[in-house]
Amino acid sequence: MDMTRAPGSDVAISFCAAAGLGLQTAEDLTRQMLSKAGYYVFSTREYMSRVRGGNNSTQIRVSTQPVRAYVERIDWLFALSPELHSNITENITEETKILADASVMEKEISSLGRKMIDLDLAKRAADLGSPKFSSMIIAGFIAGIFMLKEDSADDLIEKRFSDSDLSEKNKKAFRVGLKLGEEYVEGKPVLKIPDKPGDDEIFLDGNSAVALGSASAGCNYITAYPMSPGTGVFSYFARNAKLFSSVVEQVEDEISAINMVVGAAYAGARAMTTTSGGGFVLMCEGLSLAGITETPVVVHLAQRPGPATGLATRTEQADLELALYAGHGEFPKALYAPVNVESAFKMAGQAFYTAHKYQVQSIILTDQYLLDSGYDIKKPDPSAIPAPISPIKTESGYERYAFPAKGKYVSPFGVPGFGKGFVSFDSHEHTEDAHITEDRSLRKGMVEKRLKKLEAMAEEALPPIVLGPKKYDTAVICWGSVFEPLKEAMEIIGWKKAALVACEQVYPLSDEFCKIISSPCKKIFVEGNATGQFARIVRSLTGEKADELVLKYNGFQFTVEELVRELDKLLEKKS
Amino acid sequence: MIKTEFDYTEEISWCPGCGDYKILESLKMALSELGLDPKEVVVASGIGQAAKMPHYLKCNCVNGLHGRALPLATGIKASNRSLTVIAVGGDGDMYGEGGNHFIHAIRRNPDITNIVCNNMVYGLTKGQGSPTTEIGMKTPTQPFGVTSKPLNPLLLALSSGATFVARASAADTERTKNIIVKAIKHKGYALIDIFQPCVTFNKINTWQWLMKSTKWLDEERDASDKFEAMRLSMESSPYPLGIIYRTEPGRTFEENQAPYETNDDTPLYARAPSLESVRKLLA
Repeated sequence: MDMTRAPGSDVAISFCAAAGLGLQTAEDLTRQMLSKAGYYVFSTREYMSRVRGGNNSTQIRVSTQPVRAYVERIDWLFALSPELHSNITENITEETKILADASVMEKEISSLGRKMIDLDLAKRAADLGSPKFSSMIIAGFIAGIFMLKEDSADDLIEKRFSDSDLSEKNKKAFRVGLKLGEEYVEGKPVLKIPDKPGDDEIFLDGNSAVALGSASAGCNYITAYPMSPGTGVFSYFARNAKLFSSVVEQVEDEISAINMVVGAAYAGARAMTTTSGGGFVLMCEGLSLAGITETPVVVHLAQRPGPATGLATRTEQADLELALYAGHGEFPKALYAPVNVESAFKMAGQAFYTAHKYQVQSIILTDQYLLDSGYDIKKPDPSAIPAPISPIKTESGYERYAFPAKGKYVSPFGVPGFGKGFVSFDSHEHTEDAHITEDRSLRKGMVEKRLKKLEAMAEEALPPIVLGPKKYDTAVICWGSVFEPLKEAMEIIGWKKAALVACEQVYPLSDEFCKIISSPCKKIFVEGNATGQFARIVRSLTGEKADELVLKYNGFQFTVEELVRELDKLLEKKS
Repeated sequence: MIKTEFDYTEEISWCPGCGDYKILESLKMALSELGLDPKEVVVASGIGQAAKMPHYLKCNCVNGLHGRALPLATGIKASNRSLTVIAVGGDGDMYGEGGNHFIHAIRRNPDITNIVCNNMVYGLTKGQGSPTTEIGMKTPTQPFGVTSKPLNPLLLALSSGATFVARASAADTERTKNIIVKAIKHKGYALIDIFQPCVTFNKINTWQWLMKSTKWLDEERDASDKFEAMRLSMESSPYPLGIIYRTEPGRTFEENQAPYETNDDTPLYARAPSLESVRKLLA
C-alpha cells in the first residue's frame, strides 16, 4: 500500500531544535515564502512543556495540491539540537536528508545508522556576525532547493526586522543558504510550482481562526486564566483588543473567568472564556450557573491530554464527555468540534449564534493540534457569521424567565438599564421574575422550559460532513481535528465503499447524522482518545453501537500513514 | 423604617432580630439619598443569608454562586458602565469561598461597591466557623473551638491596594448609610465591612458586644494616611468604625479596557461586531 501521495507532489520538511534557539524565524519564513511562491503549505508544531531546552519540532508540508494534515514521513530534516525524540528518529529513513551541523549532530546521526549533510552552520553564522543567522541560512537553503529567486524573501525579511542593518545582514545570510541549497539540488527544484489561485488566500492557524470567528460574531468580552493550549485564542484577542473593541481580562482563576463572563453576558456583552481541561473543570459550577440563569456564554475548551496536568503541551480528544456532562443538574448546551481551520472560524461563530438564540451555553472543543496547525485558506468572510441577536427593550413588569409564548423556546432577553423593566438573575430555582422559589409545579415548569430548547437546537443542529462514494457500506466516523488526516488517508486508500462522516457539531446530534448511524452500514469511529467517547455518546443517544474503534492517545495527532495502515486493514477485513 | 423607592414587599426569610435588616435599611436609604433610578442599579450577591439581600430590594437583582459575587459584578459593570453595581454578601461568601476573588477584585479596581455583612459565623449552613470567627469559638463543626486565626479584611484590602476601606455597624443605620453613600460615589472599588450580629448562631459577637467593642471615628477626619489606616485596621478593642482609608481611586478596571478608551460609554450590548477589523486582520 502506498502510504502517501504520488512522489514528486509533496515534500515534508521537519525542523528540530531546543526551545529558545530561534528556529521559529526559519519556520515562519519557509512557510511564507513557499506559499508566496505558489505552493500549498501546511504547518504543525509539537513542543515540550518547557521554556528553554528540550527538543521541539515543526513539520512543514509543501505540496502541489491542497495539504492539511500531518504525516510521519520526513523528507528533509533540519536538526539543530541533539537528543532527537522518537517521533523523529523512528521516522528517519534512507530517503530522509538530514541537514545539521556536524559538530553538534554527527555522533547522534551516525549512531542511528544514518548519514548527514554538514551545513557548517555555526561557522557560517559566526562569519556573518552572529550565531543567530543560522536560522536565516536554513531558510535560504530551503529557498535554494525549491530554486526560488534570491530576493524571494526580501520583503518578508524586511517586515520581520525593522532595523535596516539587521535586515541587510539577514538577507545576506539568506543568500548564503540559498546558494548552498541550489548547489545541493544541482539546479533542479524539488517540487514543481503548481497552478494555485493565490490572491484570495491567507495562512491561518486554529488559534487565529477561533479568535477571528468569535470576533466576527461580535465577541466583546473575553476572560482566561493562562493554560496551554487555550491561551492562544486569548492572546490573539489581547493583541487586537482595540480593533475588536473588546474587554480582555486575565483573571485570577478559571472560576472567576466563567463567573465574569456570565455577569458580562447577563448585562448584554457577547462573552467568551477560553481554557483547557483542567481549567474547564473549575468552570463547571459557573457553567451550571449560566444554565439555570439561561445566560448565553461561549467556552472554548482547547483539549490536551489528562488526567490532571497530563501532557501539558500535547494533543488529545478526551474531554468530550466532560464537556457534555459539565455542570451539575440538567440543562441544555451545544457542543461544537471544528474539524479544520475553516471550520474553527465558522464554528466559533455558530457557537455564539446558538448560545444567544437559545440562551444556552456553547462549548467549542478544539485541541492543541488544531490550534497550532495552519495552512492557506480562502479568506473567510466575517459577514457570513450570523449577526448578533440584540436584547429587547424591556417594558414595565418585564419578567426575565417568563414562560415562552406558544411556539417559542425562550423568554425575551432583556438587559439591565435598557427599558422600563427590572432584569433579574437567580442561581436558585426561580419564579418568572427571577426570585427564589420552592414551588413544586413552578420548579417542574422551569426545568421543562429549559430542557425544551434542546428540541429546537437538535432541529437546527449542523449535519455532518459526508465524503466519499454516494453508496457505501461502511461509515468512518470522526469529530474535530481528526478529520483532515483521515480525509487524506481515505483518499489514499481509495475509499473502498466507505464514507467519511465528520461531525462539526457533536451535541445535540443532527437528524442527518442519526439517519446515517441507524442505517445498516458498518461503523468505525476514529478518535483521539483511549475509550471512544464519541462512539459511547452516540450509542447512548441512538442505541447504535460502533463496530470498530481506531484510537490514539499518546499525545500526538494521528498521522496520515497510520490511518492508512489502520483503515486499510479494517476495510479489507469486511470485504 | 423610612420608605424608599427601593422597598420591595417580598417575604423576608432572615431570623427576627438579624443584623441584615438594618444593613438592608441602610442600603436602601443610601440608594434613595443618591437619587438613583432603581432600573440603573444592580445588586449582585453570592450565597448565604446576607446574599439574599438583592431579593429584598426593588432594583435589578442578581443572585449568583457562593463566593462569586465579585467576578459577576465586575463583568456586569464592565459591560455597562452606566449601571451602579453593588456586590453584597457575608464573611464566608466574600472572604472564604470568594477570598481569591476578593484580593484580585481589589487589584483590578472595578467601579463597584462591595458590602460585606460580617457576622463572624456561617448562618445559612447553620453556625460553622467563618474566616472571621474568633479563635476558640465552639461550633457544630469545630466542637472544641476554632483554631485558625481570623482574617483581617481591612488590612487585606489595604495591602491589596484598595482606595476606599470602611467598617460600619448594623447597630447604626444612619452612619452606615452615610458610608455607603460615600462608597458608591467613590469611583473605584470600595469595601465596607459591616459588623452585624447573628442572633441565632453567634453567641459571642452579639448586639451588646457590638455596642461595647466598637467606637466610631470622627466622620470628618482625613482618612488618606495609609499607614494610619493600617494601624486602625489592626486595633481590636475597641474596633474602630468609619472610613478607615480613602484616597484617589486611580484608573478603574473599566477605564483600562479597550471599549471605553475613548470615553465612549455605549454599553457592550449596543455595539456591533467590528467586521472591518476582522477583514483588516485577514488582509
